[in-house]
Amino acid sequence: MIGARALRIEDPVLLRGNGRFAADTVRAGELHMRVVRSPVARGRIVTVDVSRALLLDGVVAAWTHDDIAELPAIGFRLTPRDDLLPYRQPVLARNEVRYVGEPVAVVFARSAYLAEDAADLVELDIEPLSAHLDSDADPVPWVDAEQATWAAGLGRDLPAQDSEATEFTTEYGDVERAFAKAVAAGGPGTHRIVEMDARVGRHSGVPMECRGLCAVYDEAEQLLVVDGAAKVPFWNREAVAAMCGLPPHRVLVRETHVGGGFGPRGELYPEDVLVAVAAMRLRKPIKWIEDRQEHLTTTNHSRDQHHRMRALVRVEDGWIEALDATFALDQGAYVRTHGATVASLTASMLPGPYVIPHFRVVARVRLTNKTPAGTYRSPGRYEGTFARERLVDKIADELGLGRAEVRRTNFIRADQMPYERPIQAMGTHLVHDSGDYALLLDKVSETFDFAGIRAEVERRRAGGEVVGFGFGFFVEKSGIGPVEGARVTVDVAGQVTLTCGASSVGQGVDTVLAQVVAEQLDIGHDSIRVVRGRTDQFEYGRGAFATRLAVMAGSAAANAAENLAQKAKRVAAHQLKVSVEELELRGGSVVVVGRPEEALALGEIAGLLEPIGAGRLKEEPGLSTDGWFRTDHMTYPYGLHAALVRVDRGTGQLHIERFIVGYDVGRALNPTLVEGQIAGGVAQGIGGAVYEEFRYADDGTPTCTTFMDYLVPTLHEIPDVEMLVTEDAPSPINPLGVKGAGEGGTTAVAAAIASAVDDALRIPDAIRSVPIRPAHLRRLLA
Amino acid sequence: MKPSPFEYVAPTSMEEALAVLAGDPDETKVLAGGQSLVPMMNFRLARPERLVDINRIPGIAGTDVVADRLVIRTRTRHLALQNTSLPGPLGHLLRHAAAKVGHLPIRTRGTFGGSLAHCDAASEWCLVASLLDADITAESQARGSRTIAAADFFRSIFTTALEPDEILTSVSLPLLDDSWTAGIAEFARRAGDFGIVTATAAVQVVDGTVTEARVSLGGVGEVPFRSVAAESTMRGEAWTTDLITAAAQAAAEEVDPPSDIHGDAAYRRDLVRALLPRALGRP
Repeated sequence: MIGARALRIEDPVLLRGNGRFAADTVRAGELHMRVVRSPVARGRIVTVDVSRALLLDGVVAAWTHDDIAELPAIGFRLTPRDDLLPYRQPVLARNEVRYVGEPVAVVFARSAYLAEDAADLVELDIEPLSAHLDSDADPVPWVDAEQATWAAGLGRDLPAQDSEATEFTTEYGDVERAFAKAVAAGGPGTHRIVEMDARVGRHSGVPMECRGLCAVYDEAEQLLVVDGAAKVPFWNREAVAAMCGLPPHRVLVRETHVGGGFGPRGELYPEDVLVAVAAMRLRKPIKWIEDRQEHLTTTNHSRDQHHRMRALVRVEDGWIEALDATFALDQGAYVRTHGATVASLTASMLPGPYVIPHFRVVARVRLTNKTPAGTYRSPGRYEGTFARERLVDKIADELGLGRAEVRRTNFIRADQMPYERPIQAMGTHLVHDSGDYALLLDKVSETFDFAGIRAEVERRRAGGEVVGFGFGFFVEKSGIGPVEGARVTVDVAGQVTLTCGASSVGQGVDTVLAQVVAEQLDIGHDSIRVVRGRTDQFEYGRGAFATRLAVMAGSAAANAAENLAQKAKRVAAHQLKVSVEELELRGGSVVVVGRPEEALALGEIAGLLEPIGAGRLKEEPGLSTDGWFRTDHMTYPYGLHAALVRVDRGTGQLHIERFIVGYDVGRALNPTLVEGQIAGGVAQGIGGAVYEEFRYADDGTPTCTTFMDYLVPTLHEIPDVEMLVTEDAPSPINPLGVKGAGEGGTTAVAAAIASAVDDALRIPDAIRSVPIRPAHLRRLLA
Repeated sequence: MKPSPFEYVAPTSMEEALAVLAGDPDETKVLAGGQSLVPMMNFRLARPERLVDINRIPGIAGTDVVADRLVIRTRTRHLALQNTSLPGPLGHLLRHAAAKVGHLPIRTRGTFGGSLAHCDAASEWCLVASLLDADITAESQARGSRTIAAADFFRSIFTTALEPDEILTSVSLPLLDDSWTAGIAEFARRAGDFGIVTATAAVQVVDGTVTEARVSLGGVGEVPFRSVAAESTMRGEAWTTDLITAAAQAAAEEVDPPSDIHGDAAYRRDLVRALLPRALGRP
């Protein structure tokens, strides 16, 4: 089963329209929540008056910050840093609003229509203040001492804070000395300094299903039931419990089906806290379904980085001796659950596939009066890969070397693996676990005939077309620990259930986990019931993010199934009077090797393990075993993206004619799902490279608040993605050899397209920022 | 994303519809395809107290050829025009213009008359009406029927010569014989988007000489812009590629386009220069 193009077990339900998404939870007597949001980017709250809203028939409650003043600011789930605490977001704005869309008040009414009518009646008196929008500018005063002290919640007074939330340096080697040595060696000798200034615009994940949450306090069970948020239900349970003053075991968080996650969806936001708190206080089912305009102005933005790099390179072959980099990340108005995750990942993954003996990057996380930012598919790597690969292209161009040749010169070699970079990524030591980067470059070049593509480009160019070809190389990371668990149970009917703490954001995790179990038990994957995403069915789960579940939950499921096979064999050995070594799993039965007629079905073994029988067998009752997988390190898949583009000379329109991905995932548990992940990831990468950007007017008003202005590419704009998925470098650090597939479709899209556009324009270093707009290309062509 | 409360009326005759409208013209909106009105209501940018839905009124959709003109009745869906079998240059223009209206689901629902009455600066149908000097017929209970020339119809963004108590009932366009060439070229970032700039043109060529030229441009002002400069550049001249280039240049210099997040004025001029030749079938 592992490696098979198995059909998704999720699909029959979804294709028949029987799925249950957030808005499909309907409860008698439910109240609809509507959030009243700041219309200005920055302002001092004078009054918020909900009295007229409360007079409307059907309105049950309306709150401002004063009504929930005891709730603390929302905490960090990942990469917490003390210096970020003063920038945490309150559930409802207190004293000052800091972005258009910030929750200021909330109303609860008997219908969604009434709730919107009531929200219209809430009167906001906000004194506008001038908005700060430029994260390149020097820091400005941001929160006063009172707000800083409150938001940090440390129980001690903090001073006022400026708009630079944090600055940190990630480094190894000795950058200063490397540059100094080169200068001392004198003049235009063996080394040269190449600089790059690169920007990635503000965009984010835009799932088909907006956010949404339904909560009810079940008096009979004494349980707060929260339905809807897929991604990190266990963490959200702890956070909701703390906010509601309940012990965690009195809170049940259940995932529903989900129309996409991509990083932003499923984190804990102010609205989620309001839904849970209202369910407790009002003792009514509460429902909140985000609309698209809210999504585009209030759900985490992402990217928006400005990189400046200086590389010391050897003239002869383009060897990068040292890289000195800085970048600023436009965090928006608050630091949310991701803490410093994006900045941290940008910094540690910046060197990518290259050795670079001396490396230093200074990261700055800066606040502005924009929607707060968090992670989005390939966070930090999309941005850093764009900047780095643009730099490498420029090195090749300036030195008159081939773009592929310079990459080969700098690659970490296969014989250097595992390759330790003496820095940390997501709190783990950064060790490239396996890989043969040069081999992948060769394979992809041959499979898709890069030489032929280049010849075709030359031919069409001679005919007057503006066409170009380019590529980018990248290293991803996946499988962050520390641990996941799984339980495999076989009942007396022989039916198999896998229970685990994994989450689904629609990626097909049920199918893959079922395949892993099916492989071990030698059964079909589609009869296995997968139970996950419910905090009362398993003890622990870290969630679906950072491309971690195939590695973590997959390995846990493999271990659980292996343990189950061992237990089944022990029982069968006793029953069949053979040794365990003589037994194997065949088609859901334990059989004697070479004597298939001597067999015990797993259901029969489960029968033998019913409590009374189990005692006689000196086994724990039930054919059910747990398996855990623990790791201190991530795995590092890697890949190459290439694009063939054409630019319309008259309009500047960019056409992506071909998009090619080579990706090594160590071991593809289900190649079809790997390809699906890559194709979707490419589409989102193209969005950020060409179409999508959250833009702001000078006063901080967002100008891209609908799909008319925030341009998500459609099938018309996305070419068929051509793929080569390889398994040349299985991970040595997990039992399946697998590396994650979730983000590698996105990582180098901007880098590859920019490289191809440079080539089309015949202007080296032309594209230094994304998204690439046709007006800009038109100007470059003029 | 829920509209504020409104009353909904669905009459089965035009007389009834006009009577509803006459009762409270300023607070009543006509619902045809709803492809612009309903989103505006959901955003609460439009808050009419009443909708009068004309979808149940028989006989107000479809086209007829009357003498030398094509009459398009108001509720004709975009898709019907995309599929029209009308021969000649006008049929060609209508099919191509219709195909650029949004996406297929929008075209199955949105209407020709609704597009004109809504008067979006990027509307393909407003451009076609402007290009061919359409006669636009409107009816009211109080004053009966009247015909408005396209040149007088489009006033400013989302504003036409229609009175609040009037319903646009039909539009007539001249049939173009085979001495004409007519076409449309639109630039949008994505398939189905509103055009950032759209060029429409119709040129009559007799014995190699341009005898009549019409150019109407979208996305360069609040309403369709008839480019007098481009038209006079072509009229009376030999029909050559150079002439088209010169006309495009004249149009680009004549327009005074707005700047917004989709394109600044200089870029819109570039687009006029690129698109006008394409509207006339020359890349």
